[in-house]
Amino acid sequence: MEKKFFVSSSPHIYDQESIPKIMYSVCLALLPAAVGAVYFFGVRALYIIIIGIVSAVVTEGVLCKLMKKPLTINDGSALLTGLLLAYNVSVQVPLWMPAVGSFFAIAVGKFVFGGLGYNPMNPALLGRAFLLASWPTHMRNFSGLPRNGSVSGIDVITSPTPLEVLKTAKDVLQNQSQFPIEKVNEAKQAILELPNSIGHLFWGNVGGCLGETSAFLLLIGAVFLMYKRYVGWKIPFSYIGTVALLSWVFGGKDGLFSGYVLFHVFSGGLILGAFYMATDMVTTPVTFRGRIYFGIGCGIITVLIRQIGGYPEGVSYSILLMNLLTPMLDRWTKPRLFGGAKKK
Amino acid sequence: MGLLKSRTFSGGIHPPESKHSTEKKAIEKCPLPSTVVIPVQQHIGAPAKPVVEKGDTVLAGQSICESTGFVSVPSHASISGTVKAIEKRPHPLGSGVLSVVIESDGEDKWVPGIEYQDNYLELDKKEMLSRIQAAGLAGMGGATFPTHVKLSPPPDKPINTFILNGVECEPFLTSDHRLMLEDPKKILLGMQIILKILGASRAVIGIEKNKPDAIVVMQRLVAELKLPFEVFALKVKYPQGAEKQLIKAVTGRSVPAGGLPMDVGCVVQNVGTAAAIYDAVAFKRPLVERIVTVTGKGIHDTKNVLARIGTPFSFLLEYCGSLNDTAGKIIMGGPMMGLAQSSLDAPVIKGTSGLLVLEENQSKRFAESVCISCARCIDVCPMGLMPKMLGAFVKNDHIDDAKKYNILDCIECGSCAYVCPAHINLVHLIKYGKMQVVKKTKKAS
Repeated sequence: MEKKFFVSSSPHIYDQESIPKIMYSVCLALLPAAVGAVYFFGVRALYIIIIGIVSAVVTEGVLCKLMKKPLTINDGSALLTGLLLAYNVSVQVPLWMPAVGSFFAIAVGKFVFGGLGYNPMNPALLGRAFLLASWPTHMRNFSGLPRNGSVSGIDVITSPTPLEVLKTAKDVLQNQSQFPIEKVNEAKQAILELPNSIGHLFWGNVGGCLGETSAFLLLIGAVFLMYKRYVGWKIPFSYIGTVALLSWVFGGKDGLFSGYVLFHVFSGGLILGAFYMATDMVTTPVTFRGRIYFGIGCGIITVLIRQIGGYPEGVSYSILLMNLLTPMLDRWTKPRLFGGAKKK
Repeated sequence: MGLLKSRTFSGGIHPPESKHSTEKKAIEKCPLPSTVVIPVQQHIGAPAKPVVEKGDTVLAGQSICESTGFVSVPSHASISGTVKAIEKRPHPLGSGVLSVVIESDGEDKWVPGIEYQDNYLELDKKEMLSRIQAAGLAGMGGATFPTHVKLSPPPDKPINTFILNGVECEPFLTSDHRLMLEDPKKILLGMQIILKILGASRAVIGIEKNKPDAIVVMQRLVAELKLPFEVFALKVKYPQGAEKQLIKAVTGRSVPAGGLPMDVGCVVQNVGTAAAIYDAVAFKRPLVERIVTVTGKGIHDTKNVLARIGTPFSFLLEYCGSLNDTAGKIIMGGPMMGLAQSSLDAPVIKGTSGLLVLEENQSKRFAESVCISCARCIDVCPMGLMPKMLGAFVKNDHIDDAKKYNILDCIECGSCAYVCPAHINLVHLIKYGKMQVVKKTKKAS
């Protein structure tokens, strides 16, 4: 019999990329931060990470079966969601919380909308928002002392995270008359001391969510992802740039242009958010300008929340809100057709 | 001018060039097959009409199919022999195209009159063009648009720049490269004729930087012949050889969407076509053979072959040491835009730049998964389209949306599908979507 040949539409060659490859690469890039979390916060951090991942993968598997969909637990996306969720809780949370958070992230954040590729918002962040709304005291308990460091990153103050220190101090200073003089002095002292926390913020021996504290370890992975082109420069740079600019202009205690930029860039979850969550492919714009606007929007909302909102930290909500604008951004920023009319 | 600026276009990809196995191999003459199959349609436009009958004896170079209009070219017998049949035969672009089948008499007798024409450069434009059409020339880069039509822009579209396309950006293919090395003079003299016809003041030869030897050969010969041509080294990037992208890289001009190169005062021709134009005008020699790169892991000997038009693929592959057992896919053209063949009975046609044989394990498609909006397709699209959206629109039968997102401007270069990590068959979807758009537009009017 004559030999039969494959017939298909062009192209006939492909590069070697695949969705699992992208997902596992992001997980790999997050690995240094996991090591850091365990080093800083102890083995409990590892339990939380494992529980977050297992819960996400099991939820995905069960839901695939229930909905009679092809089993997708091997594509790495559930693993990544579980990992990111674990990175977004404090080491002090009860161990059932990462499980519940991952379940919510996968079930409500992803499967309700049709699974991978169809979710409008970052599932891990939605899971975190759910936990924060449901069990705020657990989620905001950052009393776990990091090894070789302090929760606040400043020697004189012990308890809350650097951003919380700033927030409280600012509140006190704005309403000085309502506070005893020693509180006011403490607040003044705290603000003076904050710049000294930069080193701790960079290396990660401060209080905060598991995976967000070490800018250094997160940046190692980010460089890898950018080198592999799984993460572009547009969203992270425009996001961080906007936060830096606005914090510099509006974030200082001595009026405009006195903010301490590096403090705002390295504190809270900005590095984790900007490189790993605001760059989630599914939930962020696909166009060049759309991504820039997305980053700028995230930056503005983050600074708004940090400076005047009720929470000390605004990264996750800013990304979730901008996720919702993604389809519109895409529509507004369609790339210019080759040879098409120039924009007026 | 502009030497510091890297000459290219925006978007595009860098697939492995895979040209090493044939780029150093001199062109070999393929022996004459015992039968050739000459389809009436080897070009874009109206099919030609057979003017011979079964049983007729024909000579090589004899016109056997006449053109049936302006946008149409004749076909010629590529060997001497007897017309065995005029019937539907497998065709590289699909099955069942009316073809003239000629059985060789083994003597390769040619029609008289194919000889050097004195003072061919003094001919008037009309005569040159009619010789080009009579020789059956259609773009040899693969698109096979009738050459004389391309060289006849209306008077309200003055042409000031002619670009010779020596880019050959498709991976694996080396036929243009070899032609530039082995017969550069023919190309340049062909180019001289083209400039005469167009009246263009500027002539540029565009070659990708991965062919430094060809760039040197061309530069040297241009200087030697004292021709006013510029040789441009272009950035190695696919699809640098696509007409609009090449014009952009060379002149900085953007052909308007839906427009033609002549709208920005340009005409582009492939190097193979330029050489054929010289043959047609200076020798009255019809197009009956072309260079075909036979390559890929699935074939025993990779070669650059000068083959007669109508040579069945099976014969050509046999000449190249026949297929390996692992051969899985036969592609006419390059791997990015070439056409997968179902039958080896299909013949070499005027647009057959290569025959690529992939192995089975290179041939299977990956299972398609969902789009994760990674936007790689959008980043690489040289036309500024959103392939991801086009694919989704076509899948869901949103034909009007697809049109609104400029599906008709797609050049089908395949860059989007090449980079898609979800392995979505974007080109397939877009080709289908274009058909639907055209159908719908026709129905509406």
